[in-house]
Amino acid sequence: MAYLELKNVNKTYGRGKESTQVLSDINLEIEEGEFVAIVGFTGSGKTTLVNLINGLLEPSSGEVLFKGKPVNGTSHERGVIFQNYSLLPWLSVGQNVYMAVKEAFPKEKKQVLHERVKEYVDMVGLTPAYHKRPKELSGGMRQRVAVARALAMNPEMIIMDEPLGALDALTRGNLQEEILNIWSKHKRTALLITNDVDEGIYMADRIIPLKPGPNATLGPEFRIDIARPRDKTDLNDNPNFKKTRNAIIEYLMDIGEQRKSVSQKEYSLPDISPKSFVA
Amino acid sequence: MKQSITLDKVTEYVESGAFTSSVKSLGKRTLKFNSKKFFRNILIPLFSIIVFIGVWHLGSRALFNMEADYKIEKALNERGPEAAAEVESCIKSGNIACQPNTLPSPVQVWDSFQSLIADHKAIRADKRAFVEKTAVLNEKRLAAGKEPITYTGRPSFVDQILTSLETVFAGFLLALFIAIPIWVIIGLSPTLRSSFNWLIQIFKPVSPVVWLLLVFMIVKTMTKDSNSDSAFIISFISVGLCSMWATLVNTAMGVSSVDKDYINVARVLKLGSFQKVFKVILPSSLPLIFTGLRITLSVAWMVLIAIELLAQSPGLGSFVWEEFQNGAIDSNSKIIVAMFVIGIIGFLLDRIMLTIQNMVSFNKNEGV
Repeated sequence: MAYLELKNVNKTYGRGKESTQVLSDINLEIEEGEFVAIVGFTGSGKTTLVNLINGLLEPSSGEVLFKGKPVNGTSHERGVIFQNYSLLPWLSVGQNVYMAVKEAFPKEKKQVLHERVKEYVDMVGLTPAYHKRPKELSGGMRQRVAVARALAMNPEMIIMDEPLGALDALTRGNLQEEILNIWSKHKRTALLITNDVDEGIYMADRIIPLKPGPNATLGPEFRIDIARPRDKTDLNDNPNFKKTRNAIIEYLMDIGEQRKSVSQKEYSLPDISPKSFVA
Repeated sequence: MKQSITLDKVTEYVESGAFTSSVKSLGKRTLKFNSKKFFRNILIPLFSIIVFIGVWHLGSRALFNMEADYKIEKALNERGPEAAAEVESCIKSGNIACQPNTLPSPVQVWDSFQSLIADHKAIRADKRAFVEKTAVLNEKRLAAGKEPITYTGRPSFVDQILTSLETVFAGFLLALFIAIPIWVIIGLSPTLRSSFNWLIQIFKPVSPVVWLLLVFMIVKTMTKDSNSDSAFIISFISVGLCSMWATLVNTAMGVSSVDKDYINVARVLKLGSFQKVFKVILPSSLPLIFTGLRITLSVAWMVLIAIELLAQSPGLGSFVWEEFQNGAIDSNSKIIVAMFVIGIIGFLLDRIMLTIQNMVSFNKNEGV
């Protein structure tokens, strides 16, 4: 039995004629301790899939099983890192993390909780910004707070919804490494949703493309057989990396082409030319 | 075509010196006292105040002359030229008995203001003397189990202001006490929110006068036996009822427009309903709630005057009305004094609320 299992999951928004099926026939199995990445175009239903797994949404049909039991609402066992950080702007960094920790360990003493908050804030390197509000932080720092908040709850599984999408390349690389460190240290199960194939290959054990919606469904999986710890610069010379990367990109390009050929609308461009400044 | 337009705009912007001037002013600001700012924020308002007083003075002068001419003409028609000359000289001599009654000039208003302050000082001294005089007697009365004698002279202008402030704060607190439970309820569930919505929507546009009458109906019956100050009760309850709608509407709006991300966070962290309301929904709608409270306080102050006037409850409103009924030579200028006092106090109340609002709220656009 898999750790997390999705069986024939469908998700439809709206009712009757106006309904749109976002996800159809999703089947996914994730083993304990595995790092799985789901890659897809924007608007293909990635966030919907994440919300089904973390319990914010319920499937229209099919089952989402977590450790054999159907997912029924959110749970502290599954920590979520949201795409847009979702920090509460009226709380400081410490308070944001503390709020989560207090909910996850309601019986612990305040002192212990504060220690824990400090530990995790320190882990993401934000101790100097402990008392700052989110608006005083940069995007990367905010995302690190979100990471600290999710991990401080000690979840068994980390669900990341394009966590690094809004960051610049350098910050992105650093955070990827940090997340990998934490993951390998505690051997948690992780699910990463991303639109960056390289990121997926660098971080995950398996990559599963999501065909674009409506009626999005999962494509064939790609195993990444590259030994850990992986080195970013060495990866570029790794033939295995190149092969997998090309295969995935080719696959995504193909389904992209298919999607284009479905819509056969012709657009005519206006016949204009720039005005001459000389005349 | 499009390209040329954008290019023109860019060159215009550069040529107009927008860049250079902003750079220059930045340098000046750091170097010395900012003359531009001083000019705009202090000199111009000062100038406009002088213009305002000047126009007021000229206007009251013109009205005074019209009224005087009318008086002289009336005397001429009714009692002949001698009486007319007498009236004219009487007006010119500045005799109080025959001054035309019209819009007072700024100087008159200033005089009235000073006389009101002097009056307040006299009444305060009187009160003090009274308390001293009755101190011994009151002790005896208290020892005998009787009620002490209290000062029953008329209230001074400052007393009226304080009564009004008291009423408006009592009304404001009442509005809070009614609005806070409703906040929590509408924060808790959308179903309850929609069940309260009709109430808010229907009673929001009801005029202060109608609220006053409604409160009057209820309070009159309820305070029949007690000797409590029913005029004060009626006026503060009416003020509260009139002014709480702004808060309610803004709260409902704030609560229903909470960022969906925050709700998701609350759900992922598995916050309980009360935790969710107090830790996520209310804090995030705080800026809008405070805007509502600010409106509530200024509405309370505004309707207060009308309600005091109608309910015969002591305060600035009844001061204005009594002066109007009084018809003394300085009544008009006292009314104008009251007008300025009302305006300035309203402005100060608004500033206080704004300061509190800025203290508690975070910038929504910059946050996250």
